[in-house]
Amino acid sequence: MAKAILLFLKLIAVCSIVEGVYEDQVGKFDWRQQYVGKVRFSHFDSQVQSSKKVVLATENNVFAALNTRTGDLSWRHVDKTGPEGNIDALMQHGQDAVLVVGNGRLLRSWEINIGGLNWEIVLDSGSFQSACLVGQQETVKHVAVLKKTVLSLHYLSNGHQKWIENLPESDTVDYQMVYSDGNGQVYALGVVPHSHIAIVAYSTEDGEIIKQISVEAPWLSNVQESCTVIGKGMLTCVDPSAASLHMLDLHADSEMTQVLLQSLGLEVATGFHPVLVSTQPNPARPPLAEFFLQLGPEQFVLLQLNSGHIATLRDFKPAFLVSFATTGEKTVAAVMSPKNKTACSINLFSAENGRRLLDTTLNFALDSNGGKPEKMYVQAFLKKDDAVGYRVMVQSEDHTLTFVQQPGRVMWIREEALSDVVTMEMVDLPLTGTQAELEGEFGKKADGLMSMVLKRLSSQFILLQAWVGHLWKLFYDARKPRRDVKNEVTIENLSRDEFNLQKMMVMVTASGKLFGIDSKTGTILWKHYLENVPPGAVFKLVVQRTTAHFPHPPQCTLLIKDKESGLTTLHVFNPIFGKKSHVTPPALPQPILQSLLLPLMDQDYAKVLLLVDDQYKVSAFPSTKNVLQQLQEMASSIFFYLVDSSQGRLSGYRLRTDLSTELIWEVVIPTEVQRIVSIKGKRPNEHVHSQGRVMGDRSVLYKYLNPNLLAVVTESADNHQERSFVGILLIDGVTGRIIHEAVQRKAKGPVHVVHSENWVVYEYWSTKSRRNEFSVIELYEGMELYNSTVFSSLDRPHAPQVLQQSYIFPSSISTLEATLTEKGITSRHLLIGLPSGGILSLPKMFLDPRRPEIVTEQSREENLIPYAPELIIRTEWFINYNQTVSRVRGIHTAPSGLESTCLVVAYGLDIYQTRVYPSKQFDVLKDDYDYMLISSVLFALFFATMISKRLAEVKLLNRAWR
Amino acid sequence: MARPQAFATFAALCAVFATKGLQPVHGNLGRKVSEVVDSDFSGVSLPLQHSFEVDDVARWSGRGSLVLRAGREPAASLSQNQLSESDRTRLKEVAAAGGLYRIRVPRVNLQAERASEVEGHLTAFVRACAMVESRLSDVITLHTDVSGFLIGVSIVTLPGSCGGSGESQEEELEEQPELFNTTLSLVAPLSAPGPETALFLERLEMESEKKSKNPQEQKSFFAKYWYLILGGAIFLMASNSAQPPAGGGREQS
Repeated sequence: MAKAILLFLKLIAVCSIVEGVYEDQVGKFDWRQQYVGKVRFSHFDSQVQSSKKVVLATENNVFAALNTRTGDLSWRHVDKTGPEGNIDALMQHGQDAVLVVGNGRLLRSWEINIGGLNWEIVLDSGSFQSACLVGQQETVKHVAVLKKTVLSLHYLSNGHQKWIENLPESDTVDYQMVYSDGNGQVYALGVVPHSHIAIVAYSTEDGEIIKQISVEAPWLSNVQESCTVIGKGMLTCVDPSAASLHMLDLHADSEMTQVLLQSLGLEVATGFHPVLVSTQPNPARPPLAEFFLQLGPEQFVLLQLNSGHIATLRDFKPAFLVSFATTGEKTVAAVMSPKNKTACSINLFSAENGRRLLDTTLNFALDSNGGKPEKMYVQAFLKKDDAVGYRVMVQSEDHTLTFVQQPGRVMWIREEALSDVVTMEMVDLPLTGTQAELEGEFGKKADGLMSMVLKRLSSQFILLQAWVGHLWKLFYDARKPRRDVKNEVTIENLSRDEFNLQKMMVMVTASGKLFGIDSKTGTILWKHYLENVPPGAVFKLVVQRTTAHFPHPPQCTLLIKDKESGLTTLHVFNPIFGKKSHVTPPALPQPILQSLLLPLMDQDYAKVLLLVDDQYKVSAFPSTKNVLQQLQEMASSIFFYLVDSSQGRLSGYRLRTDLSTELIWEVVIPTEVQRIVSIKGKRPNEHVHSQGRVMGDRSVLYKYLNPNLLAVVTESADNHQERSFVGILLIDGVTGRIIHEAVQRKAKGPVHVVHSENWVVYEYWSTKSRRNEFSVIELYEGMELYNSTVFSSLDRPHAPQVLQQSYIFPSSISTLEATLTEKGITSRHLLIGLPSGGILSLPKMFLDPRRPEIVTEQSREENLIPYAPELIIRTEWFINYNQTVSRVRGIHTAPSGLESTCLVVAYGLDIYQTRVYPSKQFDVLKDDYDYMLISSVLFALFFATMISKRLAEVKLLNRAWR
Repeated sequence: MARPQAFATFAALCAVFATKGLQPVHGNLGRKVSEVVDSDFSGVSLPLQHSFEVDDVARWSGRGSLVLRAGREPAASLSQNQLSESDRTRLKEVAAAGGLYRIRVPRVNLQAERASEVEGHLTAFVRACAMVESRLSDVITLHTDVSGFLIGVSIVTLPGSCGGSGESQEEELEEQPELFNTTLSLVAPLSAPGPETALFLERLEMESEKKSKNPQEQKSFFAKYWYLILGGAIFLMASNSAQPPAGGGREQS
């Protein structure tokens, strides 16, 4: 009895809906990759010989530590975006890293082992110039921060301010550098451009001005760019126009002495601004007397200052990069020089005499799909025999970090370009070779009965072979312990799985590097760096041909538009292998205003991409005769729209047969009142399964499914909280007809919009109630369809019914997207990226303008949830459980081969991939499905029927005999 | 600017006499207003132009004149010229060629003191064949933004279909009317609803009141669920008294 009750209770527990992820499902269908962004400052933890850490401060306002053995993040701190969290300076001393953040707003000290905050203080306002550690008697106790008008000294132990002093004549002198070499003085170095250098020496003890000198330097405009301190306080500046070095002893009151580079036998490359590189291994001691002078893009000279004279130690030509590194008492110089086209070699040289150290060559292979090396960070260490060993972290133009060990073993690579994904697509993987063979059989022209039979037989044989091979592998793998079985994904064994759940994620990053990532594991399968991508370019990725057209390879086209000139270039590539296509894209001499992918295909099954230039002329890609002919036939039914948000103008055009265009409609939203912030159409690959909704009384309310509908969101020009508003217009993109026009008063952006099926959901900030609100608009044709066979924008005279409802949302949001499935049967969810790093899967059911305020029998029949003004965030709706995705910027959804399953990729600083099942896995058997039970029942039934049939026969026979 | 003004006076006249040349249509958010309103109808007068050409190069000519008034109760009225014989034949030709029938109105701010015309026009189109087949009956909608700027115009014909059976088309073409049968409306943006907290709270209150009134719901927790508690207690006792199986440390999965 007790057991029966227990079973009953268990049943109840099982039946109650559990939507979250089970513990054993963690990481099974999802993965996350964390990035830091382009590195700005980096320091190796050199205090302990066996240290495995490198600290990084990046342009994405991230401060992190990496494990140098694996390249994994040890810890990471993500600060605010924008200038507020900008990391201005990073200084490291022992176990502490001191950061100046937000243009000198904050001074922070971190403990680098565990990434804990030691202290943080708010600095006085003023724009940050420079900072340095200040030592005295071999110990470093202070940090000096130089701002536009003040110099302050802080204790390293707790951040407290020791003193703060105004800089003399700060209105004329531009102070740019602060320097200290451990003799009890802090120097602030400033310049009056093209006039003189101002040097102020402060006492470390009390901030008293010890000395203030100004030295004539009419050739100098920027101290930070041209000057450095070498040896025992010798300020050395380089003057490119006179090709000379100027030196000034900071401790003595003297004039600058000029040393012509020519007298040293050196020559500056034409048009190159020489750069000085010095090193100060210990802030409590003066910098080394040796320094590098870069004379050209590929030439460096190691120089030494010896009692006021400069001597050349060694000339490095060609050399890409140089870097100093110190371990113990030894300082070495690492020089990267080209070896051949595909590799570079790095060598160590003694800083003291410029001699090459033995056995220190390191080969660094250049990635042909990557950028050139840009920076080099060297970690030097003493080996057991007191020789210097080293490892190098190379940063390249495409933001890649490569960590290399002698003699050239790559320990890890981090693709930091992925911290800034701009756009992406998910492409189906190709069929396996055997499947493709079978497919190819149908594609080929028939050539005789016999050969066809043979071909069929051969392909069947190949299939059989593959099956046997598969069985053998299964059997073989089953004997091995589980962890030995590696399912490594490489570009060779890529193939579509049964349910098309594994896809190729083609990601485009802001740096111009393209990636192909396997969606199942997150492995980077290919990468391609596009050089000459202008900064701030706009990208648009279109899939022209999918993998469905074997033997034609799939084809993607990336439009890269320069923001300033508007000129566009095309990059055509194979999304599976990342290789540049043989198809030559057309040269586009005119700026491109609009691009549209037509459902038309050329004879090679590539969809036609139309490009509209600023003369409103249209060019097609590919532009074969076949395509042009098709375009001529279709021209009168090809419409497109252009938006000029600076003038608030939306205009519609129709294509003419000669590929010119004509303006057919115009809507102008005056920019004095409101400006267009976003325009959302529907996704072309979206399917809607159900044409209407069944009401409580069994009648049908038909949806208004206009594929050409655009949702235009505007924000008021007036920002006053009483008068600001958010406008939403629904415009037909073909006829320019305004279907619906509404304003949300006392609201402002940022507005996030999703437009799909017959609904538009948008989110805004309500200035009146000071909260985030969601609003949903649904469009219905009414109880009967106007023309149920086909939808045409030109023939829909009746305006749809518009229903709208709003809700309170308890959090601000970063991005908004809707799930997408193969056939559109599955109910829809909204995927909401929250600033907290969570990704919420909110059922669209909750955003339904038909939610009744008063529950009636009919609404209950329809399964409508009674209206509640607040949408509640339920924790089980988070699809990324504890896998926080920092700074979500976009969510990409793609259908899989299973109707119930939608693939989701959230990208921002991190990348997170998972699957969602908005209506549960209704088309998938559970993992623990009892095959044994069902088959035994089936067999038992089968035999029972057989036996009973036999028995019945016998009985009938017997009766007949009677 | 002489022309539109002349039309405005015409509009007033025809309201009284309903002459054959002009055909007044008044709209107020889609519904027709009584013609008495016309006497104090002081709005902005705009020319409504149309164009239908076989070569689809726009050549605008006057179709009529609009009188618009924005504000709390936006209203619009229209007086239209009749379509001349040559225009009708041209429209048929355009329809046969698959051309477009377009209309345009100037951009204007209806709420400014003087109707300040801004550079440019708002245009819309409908297929010429639809215009022919609907026998010149169309619906023109003018949209304004919150500040009374005219932002868009749209035209649809009723019915909107095009390319019916050939014969009837011929017949229709023969007896094509001279007058437009237009429904005009001026639409200002709607105010989107915010979250309905007040109503919801009211409903909650009502429900709680209902509950408090209903004596059945007033029963205490034990009174309501005594049988469940009793059942639970018996079950607990039963499971306690049952001997735990040997080596019972192992949990059932």
